[in-house]
Amino acid sequence: MDLLEYQGKELLARHGIPVPLGRVARTSDEAVLAAREIGFPCAVKAQVQIGGRGKLGGIKIAADESQAQEHAEAILGMDIKGLTVHEVWIEGASEIASEYYASIVFDRSAKAPLVMLSTRGGMDIEEVAGQTPEAIATLHVDPLLGFQPFHGRRLAYEAGVDADVVRPVGAFLAALYATFAAEEAMLVEVNPLVVTPERTVVALDAKVTLDDNSLYRHPENGELRDLSAEDPQERMAKERHLTYVKLDGDIGILGNGAGLVMSTLDVVAQHGGAPANFLDAGGGAKAEAITAAVEVILSDPKVKAVLFNIFGGITRGDEVARGLIEAFEQIKPTVPFVVRLDGTNGALGRELLEAAKLPNVYAAATMDEAAARVVELARPEGHRQ
Amino acid sequence: MSVVVDRDTRLCVSGITGREGTFHTLNNRRYGTNVVSGVTPGKGGQDVEGIPVFDTFHEAVAQSGANTAMIFVPPPFAADSILEAADAGIATIIAITEGIPAHDELRVYTQLHRQGGVRLIGPNCPGVLSPGKANVGIIPADFFREGNVGVVSRSGTLTYQVGNELAQRGFGNSSIVGIGGDPVPGSSFVDIIALFEADPETELIVMSGEIGGQGEEEAADYIKANVTKPVVAYIAGFTAPPGKTMGHAGAIVSGTHGTAAAKAEALEANGVRVGKTPTEVADIVAALLGA
Repeated sequence: MDLLEYQGKELLARHGIPVPLGRVARTSDEAVLAAREIGFPCAVKAQVQIGGRGKLGGIKIAADESQAQEHAEAILGMDIKGLTVHEVWIEGASEIASEYYASIVFDRSAKAPLVMLSTRGGMDIEEVAGQTPEAIATLHVDPLLGFQPFHGRRLAYEAGVDADVVRPVGAFLAALYATFAAEEAMLVEVNPLVVTPERTVVALDAKVTLDDNSLYRHPENGELRDLSAEDPQERMAKERHLTYVKLDGDIGILGNGAGLVMSTLDVVAQHGGAPANFLDAGGGAKAEAITAAVEVILSDPKVKAVLFNIFGGITRGDEVARGLIEAFEQIKPTVPFVVRLDGTNGALGRELLEAAKLPNVYAAATMDEAAARVVELARPEGHRQ
Repeated sequence: MSVVVDRDTRLCVSGITGREGTFHTLNNRRYGTNVVSGVTPGKGGQDVEGIPVFDTFHEAVAQSGANTAMIFVPPPFAADSILEAADAGIATIIAITEGIPAHDELRVYTQLHRQGGVRLIGPNCPGVLSPGKANVGIIPADFFREGNVGVVSRSGTLTYQVGNELAQRGFGNSSIVGIGGDPVPGSSFVDIIALFEADPETELIVMSGEIGGQGEEEAADYIKANVTKPVVAYIAGFTAPPGKTMGHAGAIVSGTHGTAAAKAEALEANGVRVGKTPTEVADIVAALLGA
């Protein structure tokens, strides 16, 4: 789960990391009140999970109330790379002596947290890594030992931070690691990490990704929401406990098992089709889950045809067929379905479907055949072969 | 021969008294797996269809001689159960549980690595099937028979798809190993490919990868330097958008890292044939083994 800047900062602050004073606002009136409370000058920052929002006009400095109102009105509702801004974060403008970069990544290859520190903050770190990799100090931390003070000193000296801030930067990294470990993050990134003229260090931005599998231990984090990234189908799927990802195309996809569904999307694309979604009905899906899944897929108005690709292991083909038959009774879909049922009880499922004589439902024997058929059915009438 | 599980497997199931745990344990026994015990704290002394249940792994090892563990307990208890099995001296641990927190997996991985002598398969995996010998996990064994193709995969159902295509062309399997879809798999592609390379029964290796992580790229380098047997690969997720988790916790393209294209390219550059679809994988295998 990716957090918005202000949600990330609140998390960092909880672990003792200095962040500028700020308030979140959802209307321009709220923004003015927040700005008045914080004082001027203040920054009005669009809350979307997209890098480079500053360059796109998503961050503005307000010198007084009328500017705060003006900027909030301009930014709220704005479209930044396809995301609509629903919230702005108003925070006191910081004085900046230097801009550094600090992050901790869950390094899957090394099987250890990777801490990174650089004095080239405020720019795209991938660019820094590409052009001057030596400008980034890196260190893996033993997850059973945790972050030690010497780790902080090593990174600070290696990165070449100003001598008088070696100690506060080390303490900052220790607190960043505490956040990473305690909140079970996959990523915590602060860019820029600002050194003020008073020689204190402050997190001016925050990018935090949490591990979805650990949210049961952090119910307060599980409730955080990002209105700009919420999609109606994805929300509906979540309520029905289905694993669904919205995509851009017009062919609805349902399969069992993440790998098989990913493969199905690829094969549909190879046949010239564009998948509308990823939907994994999961292992052992029962008829009700299938019915709910059909409902979610068809709630996307772009869907012109649907492909079911099931290779039953613990999922049974007859349950899938029953779910589809039930969905036809309840929802009465108007788009064509192509169904490929194989594996456990696949033959039984195929018999049930044949006997039900559902309108506009076509059986396919293989994954390739099914993909080719659904792509053809999704084409506009005049273009069918 | 086969890898990870075989006729010498003496299986103890953690979570044997749960609904799913009981169901799959009995399925595994029906297949011929030697299931010697189960563990459920507080239910020691009971039995599941004649399989004795113990309170701890230490008791289960001492009294039933278990050498392999299958973990079927829910995510909040799974890491602890894996560590307990390892502490009790079990050398092969197969974790089926999906949804274990990534930081738990990191601690478990680090501890097992330090302890040494323990092989963890999974978590979030379908298990291991050695056709004709033993089945530990949830792989529907009916679709597979004995043969000379070793399969290693991050995805369960995709394994069935690929395996079924091979079966339809007359090929069987030495073993089918699901390494799981999580960010920190206990065993990597490299670990399992090394086992297949050393297994005399295995003549060809099929690996089925997907987006996220660097496991496929690491396997590509390893294969070039160490593997003499032909390897055929499949990668799922060419159409996956960056930043979205595609079902498996580990299946996510982060920025430009972990894309299917990069993985396929790395494999092909190191002499691994990559099929564009599961069907094409089976076609390549058939061509290589001459059927």
